[in-house]
Amino acid sequence: MDLTFTKEEQAFREEVRTFFKENLPEDISSAVKAGSELTKDIMERYHAILAKKGWLAVTWPKEYGGPGWTPVERHIFDEESCKFYAPRIVPFGLAMLGPVLQKFGSQEQKDYYLPRIMSGEDWWCQGYSEPGAGSDLASLKTRAVRDGDEWVINGQKTWTTLGQHADKIFCLCRTDPDVKQQEGISFILVDLDTPGIEMRPIKLIEGGHEVNEVFFTDVRVPYKNLVGKENQGWTIAKYLLTHERTGIAGVGFSMLALEEVKALARKVMRNGKPLLEDPLFAARIAQVEVDLEAMKITNLRMLFKAQKQGAPGPETSILKIKGTVINQELKDLARRALGPSAAPFPGAITEGNLALAPENHANNAARYFNNRKTSIFGGSNEIQRNILSKAVLEL
Amino acid sequence: MDFDLTEDRQMLSDSLNRFLADKYPVDHRIKVAYQEPFHDPALWDQLAELGAIFALAPEDKGGFGGTGFDISVVFESLGRVICPEPVLGALMATRILSHTDANQEALLSGSMRAAVGLGEIEAPYDLSSIATEATKSGDGYTLTGRKSAVYGGQAAHHLLIAAKLDGKLAVFRVDAADADVTGYAMIDGGGAAEVIMENTPAVLVLEDAADAVQDAVNAGILALCSEAVGAMEVLHAMTVDYLKQRKQFGRPIGTFQALQHRAVDMLTEIEQSRSIVIKAASELDGPDATKYCAMAKNLIGRAGRLVAEEAIQMHGGIAMTWEYPGSHYAKRIIMIDAQLGDTDYHLSRVMAA
Repeated sequence: MDLTFTKEEQAFREEVRTFFKENLPEDISSAVKAGSELTKDIMERYHAILAKKGWLAVTWPKEYGGPGWTPVERHIFDEESCKFYAPRIVPFGLAMLGPVLQKFGSQEQKDYYLPRIMSGEDWWCQGYSEPGAGSDLASLKTRAVRDGDEWVINGQKTWTTLGQHADKIFCLCRTDPDVKQQEGISFILVDLDTPGIEMRPIKLIEGGHEVNEVFFTDVRVPYKNLVGKENQGWTIAKYLLTHERTGIAGVGFSMLALEEVKALARKVMRNGKPLLEDPLFAARIAQVEVDLEAMKITNLRMLFKAQKQGAPGPETSILKIKGTVINQELKDLARRALGPSAAPFPGAITEGNLALAPENHANNAARYFNNRKTSIFGGSNEIQRNILSKAVLEL
Repeated sequence: MDFDLTEDRQMLSDSLNRFLADKYPVDHRIKVAYQEPFHDPALWDQLAELGAIFALAPEDKGGFGGTGFDISVVFESLGRVICPEPVLGALMATRILSHTDANQEALLSGSMRAAVGLGEIEAPYDLSSIATEATKSGDGYTLTGRKSAVYGGQAAHHLLIAAKLDGKLAVFRVDAADADVTGYAMIDGGGAAEVIMENTPAVLVLEDAADAVQDAVNAGILALCSEAVGAMEVLHAMTVDYLKQRKQFGRPIGTFQALQHRAVDMLTEIEQSRSIVIKAASELDGPDATKYCAMAKNLIGRAGRLVAEEAIQMHGGIAMTWEYPGSHYAKRIIMIDAQLGDTDYHLSRVMAA
């Protein structure tokens, strides 16, 4: 047992810190700090800064231009990027499609797409969920039929995150309706410029625009856009879902959120004392602090295991469940700390009145509502429990 | 970073687990835990011979371990069989004595059993509210006061008693034969004692002992939390087994999602418990030990209650019986919360930290 990082890992942490200190523009970090929707420009500029350093494709091996980091180094990078209020790296091309192409793609696909992902030339989005296929993803209905050298795609995808910025979408499509659900799905790459595609925004609970629905009507794409084999799509989807599960706990974000709540609760008064000294509020903070402290170690234990075994196991679902619950509790505390001053509708918050609440927390209620998504997306917490029940408890 | 046990600790863990599985089958445990002296003196000797107590002290004090991880390994093994041997007293005694030059051979070899008396009936956890008083008497001292629920006190040769000396906390050694010691079995098995002292002769062990006593409490908390993790894992495994075997409505009840998800929630909290124990173990000899031990005890108290209550509920009636081993695990896990500060007490300690 040894909870300390190696000398090399500590040196790496210093390197990451120095990098962020010297290279992360102030306007980017303050946008992240304010918790407002990030513009495409901000995300692209941030990606370019990382790409220049060779740190953009954090999960890619060196042969594909990634930094070749160990899971622990990735964890350190994540932790430090949170502390410096760096944005999250947009995952669809880099963390999702990239590794899929590396594992299942043809040489031609790798040569063409991987450099374009790295350079930011292509912005990818994900075509998985459908109105009738959420947690039960394998029941998806979007149909792809082969017609000579082409696929003809008809159907609808939804919850397509940041699709409004994207050039391309990777889709799970039904290619064989006559076999077991999981065995009739293929993974197909689609250019969003193709005729027959319509993308419509979905306005979220707090008023923001993060996700979209995508309609496909007789959309024709080249047959060679198939990744892997025909009807291998479910295997690829599962690989994608389990491939990058470190960082799923969001420990870094929660640590930051805890510090922010405490800072806020030192300023707000209740019964003549700082809110942080109010026994009821302080007890809730202390409880989540204990859970987060344990979560940090649970996260490291699973990183250690992933590093040792080469891949994270199904028990990482624990990180998703507990990590999101902790983060949601912190968002609730941040909302409550300010009471009605956390209530402004984000659209009503302007540069001029951001200072309505201390430390730009005027949108804490909006953040609370937005954050309810985390226990739903990426496999709802109930689906994570199913995974644990089946794969770990063997029930 | 390394979350594997060192080879030495793995060997210690393996040999303890083998020994305890062999010598402490659950029916034997249930028998000795409730009949005087509420443990098995012969097995105590064998456990000590295996080095279970030597492992709790560092080499310069005569042991071969003494770190947080050593303590954790020993008590997790004890927890797996809900062992009623009074090892906690030995641990807390060696932690206190390690702040002195006392020879600990008899304690670590198990030939002398010690129990530590801190809590009182009106101040079960709060060290600053201890009322027992020490008075100078000739060359020595006498103690007056009452120590409650002294774990292992019924089987101890020596009692280490925390008392006020000129307003400050000090630790004294009392010969168990000199005090009014009433032993009893606890609801979860194993023994404790009420110790009543009235001008009872005592030997000063350590003056100005607040830090040493806190250190002993921290080590005791780590031990109890480790014990809880061992016991929770076994009880959870029993529960999952039962879900697979028990059939109702024509199928194993483990096929019902309502129960599956609850079994998973138990797993999640047990993993979180193991994590906070690792953290507390790694911090035991550092400046923030009290804070991390408080965190551990707070989390284990909550997780323990969930695991114990859910295990009973999902088993149904069978877990309400004395005969079913799981019920004894559930009792131990719940009652660990009442030792050295419960979950609410330690939440307030985290808040104050």
